[in-house]
Amino acid sequence: MEAGRVFKITINDQAVEARTADTILEAARRAGIHIPTLCYHRQLSPYGGCRVCVVSVEGIPRLVASCTTPVTEGMQVRTDSEQIRKIRKTIVELILSNHCNECMVCEVNGRCELQDLAYEYGLKTIRFQGERSQYEIEDQNPLIERDYNKCILCGRCVRMCDEIQGVGAVDFSKRGFHAKIATEYDGILSCEFCGNCVAVCPVGALTSKISRYRGRAYEARQVKTICNYCGCGCTLNLHARENEIVRVTSLEDDGVNEGHTCVKGKFGFQYINHPERLKTPLIKRNGEFVEATWDEALDLMAENFTRIGKEYGSNTIGGLCSAKCTNEDNYLFQKFMRTVIGTNNVDHCARY
Amino acid sequence: MSSSPKSISISVCMGTGGIAAGGAEVMEAFESELARRGLRAKLQENCTAHKVGCRGFCARDVLVDVVVDGQRATYEYVQADMVSRIVEEHIIGGAPVEKWFAGPEYEAFHVGQTKVVLSDCGSINPEDIDAYLAVDGYTAIQKILCEMWPEEVITEIKDSGLRGRGGAGFPTGLKWSFAAMAKGDEKYIICNADEGDPGAFMDRSIVEGNPHALIEGMSIAGYAIGANLGYVYIRAEYPLAVQRLAHAIEQARQREFLGKNIRNADFDFDIRIKQGAGAFVCGEETALIASIEGGRGMPRPKPPFPTHRGLWGKPTVINNVETLANLPYIIRKGPQWFASLGSEKSKGTKVFALTGKVRNTGLIEVPMGIALKEIIYGIGGGIEGGRQFKAVQTGGPSGGCIPTELLDTAVDYESLAQVGAIMGSGGMVVMDEDNCMVEMARYFLHFTQEESCGKCVPCRVGTKRMLEILERIVAGRGELGDVELLLDLGEDVKAASLCGLGQTAPNPVISTIRYFREEYDAHIVQKRCPAGVCKALFEYQVVEPLCKLCSLCVRKCPVGAIEGGKKKLAKIKDRKCVKCGICIEVCPFDAITQVDIHETAEV
Repeated sequence: MEAGRVFKITINDQAVEARTADTILEAARRAGIHIPTLCYHRQLSPYGGCRVCVVSVEGIPRLVASCTTPVTEGMQVRTDSEQIRKIRKTIVELILSNHCNECMVCEVNGRCELQDLAYEYGLKTIRFQGERSQYEIEDQNPLIERDYNKCILCGRCVRMCDEIQGVGAVDFSKRGFHAKIATEYDGILSCEFCGNCVAVCPVGALTSKISRYRGRAYEARQVKTICNYCGCGCTLNLHARENEIVRVTSLEDDGVNEGHTCVKGKFGFQYINHPERLKTPLIKRNGEFVEATWDEALDLMAENFTRIGKEYGSNTIGGLCSAKCTNEDNYLFQKFMRTVIGTNNVDHCARY
Repeated sequence: MSSSPKSISISVCMGTGGIAAGGAEVMEAFESELARRGLRAKLQENCTAHKVGCRGFCARDVLVDVVVDGQRATYEYVQADMVSRIVEEHIIGGAPVEKWFAGPEYEAFHVGQTKVVLSDCGSINPEDIDAYLAVDGYTAIQKILCEMWPEEVITEIKDSGLRGRGGAGFPTGLKWSFAAMAKGDEKYIICNADEGDPGAFMDRSIVEGNPHALIEGMSIAGYAIGANLGYVYIRAEYPLAVQRLAHAIEQARQREFLGKNIRNADFDFDIRIKQGAGAFVCGEETALIASIEGGRGMPRPKPPFPTHRGLWGKPTVINNVETLANLPYIIRKGPQWFASLGSEKSKGTKVFALTGKVRNTGLIEVPMGIALKEIIYGIGGGIEGGRQFKAVQTGGPSGGCIPTELLDTAVDYESLAQVGAIMGSGGMVVMDEDNCMVEMARYFLHFTQEESCGKCVPCRVGTKRMLEILERIVAGRGELGDVELLLDLGEDVKAASLCGLGQTAPNPVISTIRYFREEYDAHIVQKRCPAGVCKALFEYQVVEPLCKLCSLCVRKCPVGAIEGGKKKLAKIKDRKCVKCGICIEVCPFDAITQVDIHETAEV
C-alpha cells in the first residue's frame, strides 16, 4: 500500500502536490485553487450528487466530480472552462428553479452556500419555469424546523446523522423530482436533536427554531467559548445580539468536538438570559423560599451539616456533584466530602 | 391413414407470453387427451408433452410443436379447445390439421435469425435439468474445470470478442481480468437481470426459457475471476423467471453443478437470488450493489469501479443475463467460432425484443452487424397495414430514434452510437407515420424522470424541466426557442449527470430533434401534430353530408360529448370530448373526421 505517497499533478497548468488518498478537490483546495461545491463536506463521505464541482481531466472523455475522483500521478486537471462554467451555472439555475427563493426572510441569508453560488455565477434570470416542490413545514418539535421547500438534496444531513452521529433519523425517500429527505414513514422527527444536521445544511432548509428571527449571523457578535454543560469541553461559537445570546454554532476546524455538538450545547443556551434564572441563594423560611446572601446560605449549611453529623453520624450525609463543574471543582468537592464532612457518599449527576 | 405412432413429443410454449395466451390450459388439454386416448399408457416414455420457454414469435402464441415419429409440425394460436382435434386427426389419424399450421410468417420470422443464446430456448423444458444436459449442458463448466486455468478462460473470452449485452458493450474478458487481478479475500459475480426498459423482455425470456445456461455461465465467470458466490439480481415483477431460476438452482445443487468442490475440481460456487423492488435505476451497477446490500438503490460515482470495490467492498463483476448465457456456448464451440459471427468490433449475436408497428413482433436473435432494414422488413415483415415507416427506437428510454434514411445502419455498438442511438439491452420499438415523435420523446422522458433516483441535480431537476417543456409543446403551448432550450439543457444533463440514467436520458429528445425537427416546429409554430396524436392539437368534426343520422356515435361516446339522436345531426361538444376516437371507429359512414385545431381556428 502506498498510502500518503506524495506526487505531482497539474491543475490549470499549475503543478500541485497531491497524496495518494486525495480527491482532486482536496488537492486543489490545499493548493488554494477554488472549486465550488454544495454537497461536499470535509467530514463526510464523498457524495458526488450536486455536480457543481465538475472538472475536466485529460484523457477522460466525461467531466468528473472533483469531490469523488481520486488523483493519480501526472493527472492533468482543468477546473474552469467555458463548458464547465456553463454546466455549473445550469446546475445552480436548476436548483433555483425548484427553490422558494425567500432569501429576504430566510434565516441563513448571508451565509447561504446556494446564494453564494448564484452570486458567483451571476444568475439574474431563471430560464425554467415549472413545478416547484410544495411541502408542509415540519416543525412539530421545539428545536428544529425542516423546510424542504428550501432543500437542495445535498444529503449532508443524511450523512451527518448516519456517519457521525450514528442515528440515521433521516434518509432519502421517493424518486425523481419528488425525491425528498424524510424521517421513517415521514413521521415527526424523532432523534437526539443534536442539531448537527442544522450545522451542515448549506441552505436554510434546516434551522434552529429557538434562534428564528432573532438576528442573522452577520448581525451578531460571535464569541468563541467552551461549552459549560459537561466535562467534554466542546468549543462553541456564541452569537450575541443586543447583549443577548441568540444562537450557538460551532467551528468545523476547532476544538475537541470539531464542530459537533450535543442537544445541550447547540440548543441549551436559553437559561443564560432566562428571567427565572436563579441568581442568589434561596433559604426556605416558613415553607417559602426567600432570597438570601451567600454568607447566610453557607452559614446555614455549615450549621446543619455539623448538627446532623453529630446527631446521626456523618454517613447520613451524601453529596452529588455536577457535570457542569470542571474536573478540578469535582475533585475538590469529593475531597471536601471525605475530609471535612467525613463521608464516602459522593456521586455525580451523570449517574442519575 | 397412418399406422399408429411410435413416438410422440409435444412442446407447448410456456414463457410468460405463452401462459398469458393460454399455454397452461393447452398443456393440460394435451396431457389429458394423451391419457384419455391411451397413448401415454401405450407408448410410455415415448409419449411426452413438455413445456418450453419463449419461442420468440409471441404474437402467435400459443405455439405448439407436435413431433410424431420424428416429423415436426408447428401450430400457432393454439387454444385448449383445439387440442382434441389435433390429437385425433394429426397424432392418431396421421392427417395434420394444416389450416392451424404456423403460416409463412413464422418461417420468415426465423429465416434471418442466428440463434446462439436462444438456441435451446424454446426447445428444451426449462424445468428439467436433464433436458439441458441432453443438449450438452454443463459440459462447458466441466471442460474448464478439468482442462483450463482461470487465466485461460479469461483469454478465451477476450479472444471471442464478447462485449457486455447490458448496453454499454464493455469487453467482458477485460472486465473479468480487472476483477481477477484485484486483491480481495472474496469476490463476487452478479447477474444483472433487472431488465427495466419498457417493452423489453430478452433477459426474462432467457431466464424463463433456459435458466441452466445462465447458471452455467455464472459458474464459468466465477471460476475465471475467483468468485465462489454469485447473485442474480432479478425483478420481482418476473415471478415465473424467479420461480424457474430457483428451481434450476436447486436442481443444479442436487446434481453437484453448484455447491462445494464442484466436479471434484476444488472449486466452490453457489448462487443466490435477490429480487429487486422495481426501481429502473437498480439496473445501474452501483445502485444494484447498494440494493443487494440493503440500501436505497442509488448510484455512487465511479471510480472505484465494482471490479475493484463492488459488493460488500469486494471485487465484483456484474454481467447481464445475455452476456452470461452466451458463455457456455462460447466455451463449447470455441472463441473463434463466436468471433466469426457478427461485425468487426461487435462479435456474436444480439437478442432484441422487437415491438411496435412491425407485422411480426417478438423475441429475435440476430448476428451483430445486420442492417436495421433487414430486421424490420425481413424478420419483422414490414409495417402493419401498409403504413409508412417513420423511425426505430433502440436502447429503451435511454436510446435514440433512427429515421428511414438511416435504415442501412448496422446493428453494432459503434454504428448505433454514431447515429445518436445506443445498442442498449435490446429494446427495439418500431414506429410508423401514426406515431408523433414529440410525444414519443415526452413519453420516454416521463419514464426516466419518474425513475430517476433523485441524487444528482441534472437528472433530478434537469430531466423534469425538459419534460415540462415537452409537455407544453404537445399541449400546444410551445414557444419559439423551446427546441434550442431543450438541446442546450439536454447537453448539460448528459454531460453533468452522475450515472448512466441521467447521462442518456436526453437521448430520445436530442435524436428526435436531430431527425424530426419539422415535427417539433409544427407543434410549436403551427400548433399542429402531423401524426394526429397530440390530443390538444386536434378535434373531431361531423362531416354533415356524410352523416346518416344513425346516432351510433351518440350512444357509443363514453362521456356523452355528442349531441344528436335519430334523425338529428350529430354534434360534438368540444369541451366534453376526451378525444378517445371511439366515434370515428364506430361510425359506419366515415362521417367523423379528425381536424387540426389550427385549421378550425382559421375558418
